[in-house]
Amino acid sequence: MNAPPASTDTVFRHRHLLGIQGLSPAEITLLLDRSETYVDQNRQANKKKSLLKGRTIINIFFESSTRTRTSFELAGKRLGADVINMSVSSSAIKKGETLLDTAITLNAMHPDVLVVRHPESGAVKLLAEKVNGSVINAGDGRHEHPTQALLDAVTIRRRKGHLQGLLVAICGDVLHSRVARSNIYLLQTMGARVRVVGPPTLLPDPVARLGVEVFHDMEQGLKGCDIVMMLRLQTERMQGSFVPSIREYFHFFGLTYEKLAAAKDDALIMHPGPMNRGVEIDSEVADDFGRSVIQEQVEMGVAVRMACLDILTRNMATTEAE
Amino acid sequence: MPGTTKANATTGPVAYINARLLDPATGLDAHGALVTDGELIADVGAKLFTESPPAGVDIVDCQGKCLAPGLVDMRVQLREPGEEHKETIASGSRAASAGGVTAMICLPNTDPVIDDVSGLEFIARRAREVKLTKVFCYAAATKSLKGKELTEVGLLSGMGAVGFTDGTRPLSDPVVLRRALSYARTFGTVFIQHPEDSTLARDGAMTEGETSMRLGLSGIPAVAEVIQIDRDLHLVELTGGRYHVAHISTAAGIDSIRRAKVRGLNVTCDTAPPYFALNENAIGDFRTFAKLSPPLRVEEDRLAVIEGLADGTIDAIASDHAPQDQDAKRVPFAQAEPGASALETLLPVSLSLYQNGHMSLLDVMKRLTCAPADVVGLPLGRLAKAAPADLVLFDPDAPGVIDADALVSKSKNTPFDGLPVQGKVLRTVVAGRTVFEAA
Repeated sequence: MNAPPASTDTVFRHRHLLGIQGLSPAEITLLLDRSETYVDQNRQANKKKSLLKGRTIINIFFESSTRTRTSFELAGKRLGADVINMSVSSSAIKKGETLLDTAITLNAMHPDVLVVRHPESGAVKLLAEKVNGSVINAGDGRHEHPTQALLDAVTIRRRKGHLQGLLVAICGDVLHSRVARSNIYLLQTMGARVRVVGPPTLLPDPVARLGVEVFHDMEQGLKGCDIVMMLRLQTERMQGSFVPSIREYFHFFGLTYEKLAAAKDDALIMHPGPMNRGVEIDSEVADDFGRSVIQEQVEMGVAVRMACLDILTRNMATTEAE
Repeated sequence: MPGTTKANATTGPVAYINARLLDPATGLDAHGALVTDGELIADVGAKLFTESPPAGVDIVDCQGKCLAPGLVDMRVQLREPGEEHKETIASGSRAASAGGVTAMICLPNTDPVIDDVSGLEFIARRAREVKLTKVFCYAAATKSLKGKELTEVGLLSGMGAVGFTDGTRPLSDPVVLRRALSYARTFGTVFIQHPEDSTLARDGAMTEGETSMRLGLSGIPAVAEVIQIDRDLHLVELTGGRYHVAHISTAAGIDSIRRAKVRGLNVTCDTAPPYFALNENAIGDFRTFAKLSPPLRVEEDRLAVIEGLADGTIDAIASDHAPQDQDAKRVPFAQAEPGASALETLLPVSLSLYQNGHMSLLDVMKRLTCAPADVVGLPLGRLAKAAPADLVLFDPDAPGVIDADALVSKSKNTPFDGLPVQGKVLRTVVAGRTVFEAA
C-alpha cells in the first residue's frame, strides 16, 4: 500500500470520533493537518486512493441529511473503501427494532467504520458501545457534530493561517445546535476566543459557563470579529415559541451588510448549511464570494472526513498488527 | 444480596436478646431485649430478661446489633398488574424483605390503574398469597390518572387505600386539585403530589443547567418543582386538606415546605436516597440508570436535601422504587424510562447520613419508620407492647459495596452500583415471622 507513514510525534488515541470534547490540541492539529493533504488530492483529476481498499464503511442516518451523507460517501469512496448508505426513518425505528438491535445487526456485517447520525443526544455513543469497528459521529441530537467543527476549522486555518487568537462570533440558535457546541469546544481548545450572539430564548441560560462571551445584540457581538459563523434556524422554532416571527428575527439577528460592518473588514462569513436565505442570512451576503466561505466549507468537508477515516482506520491497522 | 427469604416460617413466641434496641418514636437507644408473640410485640425493654428468658421460647441472639422497627417504605412501584416483566408483588416483596422493609405502599400507576375497589382487592389478595413484606396501596386521585374526575375517595379509603395520588404524574388542574383536597379531607386521608409543573417539565430529560447544555439534552428547570408546590400550598390553605409532597429534591421546594410548616399548614414531604446521595454528575456520559423523576439535581440542592432531613422539614425517606428492565433503559437517554430499583439500597444509602455525621442513627431510622407511617396514618414503625412485630435487625457499620447484579428485585437498574456503603440487614421480621435472614 502507498500509505503515507504514520505521524510519529502525535498519536490519535481514540477508537471512535464521538465528539470534539476530550480531544487534545495535538489530536485536533493532527486531524486538521491530515485534512489539508486531502484538499490537494481532491483538486486533482484523479481523486482516488487505495488506502482503504477492502475496508467497509456503513453510513447509517437516522435523521435525514443530504450534504453530510454525500460528503462521507465521497470521502470513503475516494479512499477506496466499499461504502454502503442506510437511511432509517425514525418512524421505522419506532415500529420495532431498537437502536441496539440495529447496532448488533450491522456489527454482524463487520463494518470497519460506522458513520452515524441520530436525532437523540448520546445515541451515537450508545451504539458505539456495541460494535467492534470505529464509529464516527455525524451529528447526535443537540450534542456534537465533530466533523463539522473540524471542517470549519480547516476552512478558517487555510484563510487566516491559524486559529490561535482569532475572535469568532457564533450567531443564532445555539440552544438547539450541535454544530455550535462542537465549534465552541474546538475553537477554544485551539486558542480562539468565542462569542455567542442570539436572542436569550435561543441561547442556553448557562452558556457563559462554556467560557464564551454572550451578546444579545448583533452589532455589538460582531464588533472586531475575524469570523462570523451563522447557524441555521430550524423551521419549527421560527413561529411563536422561540422567536415571535421570521421578520422580527431577521430584523435583529439576520446577517446583513449593515450588521457585518461592525466586524473586521476581512471577516469571513460561514454557515454550516442548509441556509435559510432571508431568515438568518441575507442572500447578498451569503453569495459574496469575497467574504463568504460557505462553498469552501463544503469542499473542506470531504477532505476532513477522508482524514478522519484515514486516522481511525490507521489506528485499527496498528491494533490488528499487534 | 445474599440470604434467604421465607414465606412460611413458624410464629410462636420469639425472644430477641442481646440487642441494641432502637425505637425512634420514643427515642429509645439501649441494650435490651424484645419478645414477639404471634403477630405482635409482647414486650420490649432494656430490663427485659435480665435474668434469663423463659423456657419454651425461641431465642434469637442479636449479638449486640441494632433491632429496630422494620422500614416503612411509603413510595414503591411494584409494576403488578401490567408490567410483570419489570417486577411483581412477589419479586418486589422479596426485594423489600431483603432490604429490611416490612411495609411498603405501592403507587396506583399500574395497568389497569388502581382507581377502583377491585384494584385494591387484587393487590391485597396477591400480597396475602406472597405473605412477605406487608403491602399497602394508594389509590389514584383521579380516574385513570387523567387528572379530570375524582375517584371514589370515600369507598376506596374504606377499603384500605392509605392515601390518594396520581402517582408519577402531578395533579395539575387547580380546580381538580382543590376538589380532591377538600373532598379527601372529609375522610381524613392524605393527597400525595408529584411536585413538578408538567408544562415546564415537558420533554425534559434531566435538570436544566450546565450539564444538560453540554450533553445537548432538553432540560427541566429546577423551578418546576417549587412552582407546583407553591401553587398547591395556596390550595391547601384554602381547603384545609392534607397534603404531602413526594420525593422533594430542590432547595427552593424544601424552603417552601419549611415556611408552610412554620405557618402551621398540615403539610409533609419525603425524599429518596438519590437526592441526598447523588447529584446530576452521576449522569456522566448519558448513564440512563441515573435518569430519575424528578431528575437528579445540582450539588447545592443535594446539600439542601440533607439540611431539610436534618432539621425535620423533610419528614420521611422513601425508596421511590421504580424497577425498569433493560429495554426501558438501553436506549438513548431522552427515550429512557426514569427510575431506580431501590428497595434494597434504601437502608445502606440512608445510613450514609449517619455515617457522614449529618444525623443521629435514631433520626435516620425515624425518617424510615414511624415518620412515614404517621404521614399515612398506619400504626407501624414502633417498638412497643402490642405493636405489630415488624422488625429489622441490622449492623449499621458492616462495610459493603452495592452490587446491581446481586439485587433480589427483578430489575437491576440502580444508580448506586459499585458504591461503597456501610450497613447490612441481618434479619427481617414481618408479623412475628422471619421473612429474611442474611447468609
